[in-house]
Amino acid sequence: MAKVSLRVVALTYLLFLLVLPVAVICWRTFANGFGPFWDALTAPSAVHAFQVTLQVAIPAVIANTIFGVGVAILLVRHRFVGRKVLSALIDLPLAVSPVVVGLALILVYGRFAPIGGWFADRGIDIIFAIPGMILATIFVSLPLVVRAIAPVLEEIGIEQEQAAWTLGATSWQAFRRVTIPAIRWALAYGMVLALARCLGEYGAVAVVSGNLVDQTQTLTLFVQERFGNFDAQSAYAASFALAVIAVATLLLIQLLRPKEGTR
Amino acid sequence: MIRASHVCKNFGDFAALTDVSVDIPTGSLTALLGPSGGGKSTLLRIIAGLETPDSGTIEIAGADSTRMSPQNRNVGFVFQHYAAFKHMTVASNVGFGLKIRKRSKTEITKRVNELLELVHLEQFAQRYPAQLSGGQRQRMALARALAVEPQVLLLDEPFGALDAQVRKELRAWLRRLHDDVHVTTVFVTHDQEEAMEVADSIVVMADGKIQQVGTPDELYERPASDFVMSFLGPVTTLGGRLVRPHDLVLSAEPVDGAVAAVVERVVRLGFEVRVDATVGGQPIWAQVTRYRSQLLDLRPGDTVFVRVLEPAASPVG
Amino acid sequence: MIYLSLIVLIPLAAVVWRSGQDGWSGFWGSVTAPEASSALKLTLVVSVMVALINLVMGTLIAWVLVRDSFPGKRVVEMLIDLPFALPTIVAGLVLLSLYGPNSPLHVDLAYSRAGVLVALLFVTLPFVVRTVQPVLLELDPQMEEAAASLGAGSFTTFRAIILPSLLPAMLSGTALAFARSISEFGATVLISGNLPFQTQVAAVNIAGQIESDNTTGAAAVSTVLLMVALVALMLLSLLQRWGARRG
Repeated sequence: MAKVSLRVVALTYLLFLLVLPVAVICWRTFANGFGPFWDALTAPSAVHAFQVTLQVAIPAVIANTIFGVGVAILLVRHRFVGRKVLSALIDLPLAVSPVVVGLALILVYGRFAPIGGWFADRGIDIIFAIPGMILATIFVSLPLVVRAIAPVLEEIGIEQEQAAWTLGATSWQAFRRVTIPAIRWALAYGMVLALARCLGEYGAVAVVSGNLVDQTQTLTLFVQERFGNFDAQSAYAASFALAVIAVATLLLIQLLRPKEGTR
Repeated sequence: MIRASHVCKNFGDFAALTDVSVDIPTGSLTALLGPSGGGKSTLLRIIAGLETPDSGTIEIAGADSTRMSPQNRNVGFVFQHYAAFKHMTVASNVGFGLKIRKRSKTEITKRVNELLELVHLEQFAQRYPAQLSGGQRQRMALARALAVEPQVLLLDEPFGALDAQVRKELRAWLRRLHDDVHVTTVFVTHDQEEAMEVADSIVVMADGKIQQVGTPDELYERPASDFVMSFLGPVTTLGGRLVRPHDLVLSAEPVDGAVAAVVERVVRLGFEVRVDATVGGQPIWAQVTRYRSQLLDLRPGDTVFVRVLEPAASPVG
Repeated sequence: MIYLSLIVLIPLAAVVWRSGQDGWSGFWGSVTAPEASSALKLTLVVSVMVALINLVMGTLIAWVLVRDSFPGKRVVEMLIDLPFALPTIVAGLVLLSLYGPNSPLHVDLAYSRAGVLVALLFVTLPFVVRTVQPVLLELDPQMEEAAASLGAGSFTTFRAIILPSLLPAMLSGTALAFARSISEFGATVLISGNLPFQTQVAAVNIAGQIESDNTTGAAAVSTVLLMVALVALMLLSLLQRWGARRG
């Protein structure tokens, strides 16, 4: 009795907060049929927005993966002064509001700012251009890869690497042949999380991009801009696409999650 | 072959090794024996290059190896928990060292098959370590270490994670393997039965220091200290000194040099009998043959006379 | 390390530094400016409410997911993570269409604080659930059996045995939800309509100030947000240590 009522309360809450909104995207997107949906999705500005999204997300994920693996090894395998501080700093991006991220980057890399100015003099724009958006995306997804692989690294211990050393492998060889394969599922999991985060970033990128349509507009910015211009169809079409990507990510994560526990 | 000279190692405040010097002869099978925390694993790992000593030197085959990386020492190392490369097949595991040394594929396959035959794992070549039993994984680890023809083979409590039965089998198997392959082998154990059964020579370590070095017989018959004596075999106290329970002779009548004892319990243990008694309130136990026990026909409460059988006086010599 | 500094540390330091550009009085002025302070107040109040609602509902949902089984549970399990994966602007759009002017449910929360609340509840949904679930899974059923054998009813068992074990995780999740809630931008930007003094949250206020080139003001409000977040996270860290000590 108590069990059923708990279940009802939980499911009702979830229904109104989670399930119905998801259902509504599908409904609104295809309210006018598949045709308009497809037209909106394949419109040049939409396609371009998608391209920009990829241009920003992929370098960010790659950068954070390299950084993530390095830092995870540093945190797990070495003892040094300030280790706890480093660990806390890694988590810092999670606590910062996306708009603050944008502001922070503008202050440092903007055209009139110290570092940004140096680049601007050489004709490279960081803020209001792709590089700045990449930086913003890196910022917000920084902890994801590290936090995915650190526990696994901790769990498998260092003995396999030591065995490889005694067999004659250099540190790099041991890393490439033993360490990376051992953490590959956790690494994949972290990368998928990071990719999802990068594809879906809105706030930080909105501030940093200047939202120049057809130039620095990612898919998320596209949604907002189209909606603001009363082009609901396009906004919903792009939202649907993003939602599909989100769900696909969730499925991938479910697949990868049990695997990283069996090693 | 391996010479450790005045090796010291501290971990923070903990002194793992204090002024340890020992020689390990070429081709021998040596055990580092002692209680947990005594420094044996630390010494082994220093020989392998997985730890660096704070002071002192390590020489392997005459070359100063103290600062050499593990990659360059050509030592095979077998870990207590196998350290198997979980994502590689058994064959790939065994061939790993050869692959690093860029040997040809045919050579690697040949050598891997040789070794798998040696350790009786031929039919498991394409399986993964997770599909093997503990004993099989350890044999694989051994094959892997031997594949690169190391000058020294080091094993860190190799059978510690295995069942009692498997442990006994692998012990005998290691001895036979050494007789075939003749690589200088050093293994760490806290099990004195294992050390006594397998090793040519035993180095007893405790509290970061070497207590005694010798053959199993030497250590058993002529222990250098009470610690070594009680670590290596059963002991009991008579007249304030440690004696072996099977060196005690019991008689029904008073004899020269014998002390009176009151019997507490008589327990049959296989083909031997354990007699628990007290001498002036102090507990003591003796190990006698069934024959002797029947002869004496002791009951709890009886008085019996106990004396130590001195080696010189032993009729068997 | 350099990577970390270039991308994270220096920019953040710049924000704090910039907020001090006009001196302490300037900082205080920006923060207490009518729009900004109203936005901050709204953000904090709503976030506390969000945190508390999540504390209860999150634990409840985690409980149902762990202890109950029903058809479609696996789907629900997967959906819980949706707010993590879905872009915030999409969440905002979706909530607006469900609870806005053209709502099929005839519920119009646009331009209202309730709308902001719902948006924030959506994005913070997974936090408490996901921190409580593993702890619930690890709970030793024998503890509860022992309590039952000693005569405790299910509510007493829950209150005296289960709740204390769950509390650190519950509070951790709540702290995370709070930190997320005060930072949220994308989800609130559409449904709230950004009415200053009424439905404008701090993040939106900051964005507005950046657009009007009032970077100092934006930096000031940002610094306040950062401070609050920092406090929340320190609390979180303490909670985690407290939880770890109790095993």
